[in-house]
Amino acid sequence: MKLTLAGVSHHKAPIELRERVALDLDACRALAAGLDGEAVVLSTCNRTELYLVQDEHAEELAVETLADLAGERRDDLAAALYRLRDEAAALHLFRVAAGLDSLVPGEGEILGQVRSAFEAGSPGPFLDKLFRQALHVGRRVRLETAINESPASVPSAAAALAQQVFDDLSGRRVLVLGAGKMSGATARNLVSRGADVAVVANRTLTHGEDLARSLGAGALALDAVAVELEQVDVVVSATSASGHVLGRDDVAAALKARKGRPLLLVDLAVPRDLDPAINDLDGCFLYDVDDLEAVVAETLSGRRGEAARAERLVAEEADRFREWQAALDVVPTIASLRALAEEIRDSELARAGGRLSERERRHVESVTSQILAKLLHLPTIRMKEAAAAADGVVYADVVRHLFGLGEEERRR
Amino acid sequence: MAEFLVVPALLAYGEAAFAYAGELRGPGLAGRLATWGVRLGWLAQTALLVGQGVSAEGFPWGTWAGALNLFVWLVVGAYLIWGCTPRFRLLGLTVMPVAAALLALAWAGGGTALDEGDRSGVVLAAHAVLMLAGFAGLTLAAGMAALYLWQERRLKRHERRVLRVRMPPLEALDRLAARTVLGSLVVLTVGIGVGAASFERGDFDAAMAVTFLILATYAGLLVVRHEGWRGRRAALLNLAGFALVAVVLPITHFA
Repeated sequence: MKLTLAGVSHHKAPIELRERVALDLDACRALAAGLDGEAVVLSTCNRTELYLVQDEHAEELAVETLADLAGERRDDLAAALYRLRDEAAALHLFRVAAGLDSLVPGEGEILGQVRSAFEAGSPGPFLDKLFRQALHVGRRVRLETAINESPASVPSAAAALAQQVFDDLSGRRVLVLGAGKMSGATARNLVSRGADVAVVANRTLTHGEDLARSLGAGALALDAVAVELEQVDVVVSATSASGHVLGRDDVAAALKARKGRPLLLVDLAVPRDLDPAINDLDGCFLYDVDDLEAVVAETLSGRRGEAARAERLVAEEADRFREWQAALDVVPTIASLRALAEEIRDSELARAGGRLSERERRHVESVTSQILAKLLHLPTIRMKEAAAAADGVVYADVVRHLFGLGEEERRR
Repeated sequence: MAEFLVVPALLAYGEAAFAYAGELRGPGLAGRLATWGVRLGWLAQTALLVGQGVSAEGFPWGTWAGALNLFVWLVVGAYLIWGCTPRFRLLGLTVMPVAAALLALAWAGGGTALDEGDRSGVVLAAHAVLMLAGFAGLTLAAGMAALYLWQERRLKRHERRVLRVRMPPLEALDRLAARTVLGSLVVLTVGIGVGAASFERGDFDAAMAVTFLILATYAGLLVVRHEGWRGRRAALLNLAGFALVAVVLPITHFA
């Protein structure tokens, strides 16, 4: 049984091709069920990949299936298609699950997509093991490295900082000052992590209403925001005002009603909207655009190191999988050897059976069983170890030859 | 023989303390080594305490050093419940060096040896264990308060590495510290109630007065926190209460 992978991804396939071969989860399920043997179809906005385990012709089948999906874009497929087998295919899946093959390395969504594809697929013992280990790799990389915690932009850094203050952002209320691109992007980033935008305040109310509508929030005039400070947890500000929109006294006045709840203020405007003295207030954390850019620069430099650590973890897990896969090749030989030994033991016991009492028979059975287990233990371990190295098949052949395994069947 | 289990326990706690410092560079191997250090050290110390309990005819942790030994075990045990999760792992930075140092002190004071123990009776033994458990909880809460102040300082100063070295979120630390204080106060109150059963007129001493002061301080902390003294002020009050536990109580109780 061989593992085959065929697919296209954002690395080489243009969006026109990717959208042709993209499938929703139900379609992935139907396609996997329709293919012979073990099959899992992974399809996201960045990739569509078929993982097949079959005796033969798996690669042709996978390519044909993708070509059918590509339809009129079939000619573009050849240039974008990649085909991998066995170890290389397993390593690729592990990198995908770890987020190392993603457009934004380390992004977390892919692990859930791999899990969904696995659950919707038609895995047998091989793909079951492969995908379970891929999910383990993905979890391990996220747990043991900080690759998915490194924000790559100012809006995502602001959202990550909010999580450092509030932990879970579910139900946290956000006040947005200004209706420009920057405030909108930051608000959306916070919303994607569970926060709710309560109010969008803008000098021109109609512009504020547009953004508020898209975020499911209320709109307010800029000069009426002070009262909102008592309720919200995060303030995102990016207006084009020439002076401070919120002063230290505005925030200080709201603190008593906040009963000690912290307040994160993100000032993305130049010139600054928020009085820097706000940061001196107890429970207030004010970050301006320079602070956030410094945090992003630091985390990006760390991301390279984290990616290298993640690659090492993935390689380690791929080695483990290779050993497991190699051991499969010698399993039939080990099983035959043990069956032969048991057969000899049974026949000898049967011959001696008449001369032994019941108690003696049980004793002899127990002793011979232990002898067999001890005798076969080391060869079994050694064969599995050798299977992981290149000479595993030779070992298996030698054992088959020495013990005449399978000769009976061949003679028949 | 069992008394030598203090050596692996101490080594494992020490290893964990160092490994947690390595975790500051980023999550990974150091964190896992630290977690295993805590687990193995706690198991070794558990075996030591079992050995002490089995070999003694009375309560084996009645001396200051013995009490310290049991106290460290309770602190690390409470930390193990949730402290080893990746989110709170760095709490070990404040807990494990203290645990290792106190266990070394208990060892030096003879609190890890196998001896007969004192014959205080079951009620007083239960009282001592409950009081130590309560103080262990307050120690953990102080660790969280210290971590809160550190994390708050990093956020206030806009440290560039604030997202690379992830500390537990501020609100989670504040909330968890308050819950730990509440739980500890309940245990302390039960411990005092159990102790009161064997109380006789004239027994009231400085240690009891300090214990009530500690109880009042922490109860006050919970009340003012409810009224809005959260975050930094609650953390400072928490540490002030712990100063009473860490400095005054041992002096009044064992001096």
